[in-house]
Amino acid sequence: MAYNLKDVIVNTESRFTPGHRMCAGCGAPPVARMVLRAVNPEDHVVVANATGCMEVSTCIYPYTAWTDSYIHTAFENAAATCSGAEAAYKSMKRQGKLPKNKTTKFITFGGDGGTYDIGIQSLSGAMERGHDMTYVCYDNGAYMNTGIQRSSATPHFADTTTSPAGKVIPGKMQRRKDLTEIMASHHLPYVAQTLAMLNFSDLYEKARKAIYTEGPTFLNVLAPCPRGWGYPTEDLMTINKLAADTCYWPLYEVVDGKYKITYKPAKKLPVEEFLRPQKRFKHMFKPGNEWMIEEFQKEVDERWNQLLELEAMSNK
Amino acid sequence: MGIRERLSGNEAAATAMKQINPDVVAAFPITPSTEIPQYFSTFVANGTVDTEFVAVESEHSAMSACVGAEAAGARAMTATSANGLSFMWEMIYIASSLRLPIVMSLVNRAVSGPLNIHCDHSDAMGVRDSGWIMLFSETNQEAYDNLIMAHRIAENKDVLLPLMVCQDGFITSHSIENIELIEDDKVKEFVGTYKPEHYLLNDKEPISIGPMDVQAYLFEHKHEQAEAMRNTKKVILEVAKDFEKMTGRKYELFEKYKTEDADIVVVCMNSTAGTSKVVVDKLREQGIKAGLLKVRVFRPFPVDEIAEALGNAKAIAVLDKADSLNGAGGALFTDVTSAMYVNKKQVPTVSYIYGIGGRDTTEKEIDSVYADLQEIVKDGRVENPYRYLGLKEEK
Repeated sequence: MAYNLKDVIVNTESRFTPGHRMCAGCGAPPVARMVLRAVNPEDHVVVANATGCMEVSTCIYPYTAWTDSYIHTAFENAAATCSGAEAAYKSMKRQGKLPKNKTTKFITFGGDGGTYDIGIQSLSGAMERGHDMTYVCYDNGAYMNTGIQRSSATPHFADTTTSPAGKVIPGKMQRRKDLTEIMASHHLPYVAQTLAMLNFSDLYEKARKAIYTEGPTFLNVLAPCPRGWGYPTEDLMTINKLAADTCYWPLYEVVDGKYKITYKPAKKLPVEEFLRPQKRFKHMFKPGNEWMIEEFQKEVDERWNQLLELEAMSNK
Repeated sequence: MGIRERLSGNEAAATAMKQINPDVVAAFPITPSTEIPQYFSTFVANGTVDTEFVAVESEHSAMSACVGAEAAGARAMTATSANGLSFMWEMIYIASSLRLPIVMSLVNRAVSGPLNIHCDHSDAMGVRDSGWIMLFSETNQEAYDNLIMAHRIAENKDVLLPLMVCQDGFITSHSIENIELIEDDKVKEFVGTYKPEHYLLNDKEPISIGPMDVQAYLFEHKHEQAEAMRNTKKVILEVAKDFEKMTGRKYELFEKYKTEDADIVVVCMNSTAGTSKVVVDKLREQGIKAGLLKVRVFRPFPVDEIAEALGNAKAIAVLDKADSLNGAGGALFTDVTSAMYVNKKQVPTVSYIYGIGGRDTTEKEIDSVYADLQEIVKDGRVENPYRYLGLKEEK
């Protein structure tokens, strides 16, 4: 896949336009913009969006930030809604009711609440049915739109408004769900985990593969939230880089069952480098709470080693 | 001149769907409507229809997929019952607010709990304020005919609302009756091609559907929905006229069965109307002026027409196959009495909750209702307007 990312950005018009009301320093808009940049300029897109920050900030009547066709219906059903639109496309194309020479791609965006939790049934169903669509989860690790409540994507020990770090219970006491693995277990032709770093190349390349692989594909993209995570807005890209360099958020893809880690940090940093700049983990650095950081590190290491093994095994 | 057949209500609904040949059907199995997607997926598997069948993982996704498909520019249909409709509830409102003329076959069944798979109308009554057009069907023939007329009504530019055709679970859905089908080509011509004005798959006019609609706009948008529902009545009658030209079968907002000179009138919906007609005939033989008003169009509710039709009665009984559990009668009772009050018609009226959870309703019971009405006519007094019919008495 030879391309020049700079050319892509300079020469293609953004399909996700400025003027939306997402927060400064939010990780989600760059994800939407970059994923849509991966679509061939001549192709049309139907975007389905779950209720959440992205939806309430980008499509407020009578305005829209989306230059493609866009549909939002509810919180838990973006995948099912998209699957219906895709079924319509298939049917109408077959019957000659749509222009022959025009391609429409189907892309769904949902936050972690709408994907890991309330939307997992709808997502699982749509993926299993084999619709030709790409589901993009922008994972900011909590229900940010309603004011930072814990989700099953919230990391262990994080302080949220429904898993507050209190005197007795120090934050969220459960580990996060590994949705990317759940999606890999659906035996989809393409599943990947990524984030916006390395000049967006990892995100761009995976988005292109996902969108132009026939069948159901899934992207899990880390999307930091300055309000929920507690970092200065200008540090978005630093936080992303730390997530990858500590292996908290491994970048990898699963192509027809074969694992490939797409970024192996030259020097794997201790996870506290990722935790320290974020207010939601502040209590973990209090004297006496060292065990929390140790446990967190253990979880990250376990997952990273498991991925290395999966990569080795699946490529034998 | 039509095709004589013998079909169950579910077969009749599936046959109508086959002839309509929608672009997308998304459905999930639930008793007693399961047979509809079953039959339909056979049509798909055998290439009898052009439809993309989406075998979803839940009813919530069935309605979500219908919304996605219809918004994309397709004609989308589904079928469900009871808890299936309850599970769709959120999307039922979204379908109508997005003005998507989806058509659903609702095979009426009791909503849990406790679990019961038999007929009552609690499922339909749960969505009576959702902005869907609701047609009720006494027989398999009516379930079929209502579906054939559905798209012409729902897709009309002055309407653009989703529509559900109700029939009684098991009582009609699983009973085989004689039916007159319309020839395939005639149905095709009658239903016509769906030409949406704005749709997702029109790459020349990308649109955003389902925005965040704040205080400055939502009220007006809901009002537009209400206006569309008001427009629907006229369209239903126009479509019925064309349908009558094609088939000779006449449909109105409701059926007046010997109500013209009736002193005592029963109001009900779906299959109970059939039983009631037998009772009315017997009473008429005895010289008792009994009548029946069978509501076909429940949403929009024909307030003025119903008040007009019932205005000269001396006593009315409204039969609800669902309890509103509000201590004040069923939903149909409330609508009928409200229509009468607004139109200044003062007729003693009683509510009967009946047939809950598939409890049989016999001629004898309907006869007892007319007997009660005769008592009321005698002195014009109603002791207890909130009654139950067919309830086992405590011993």
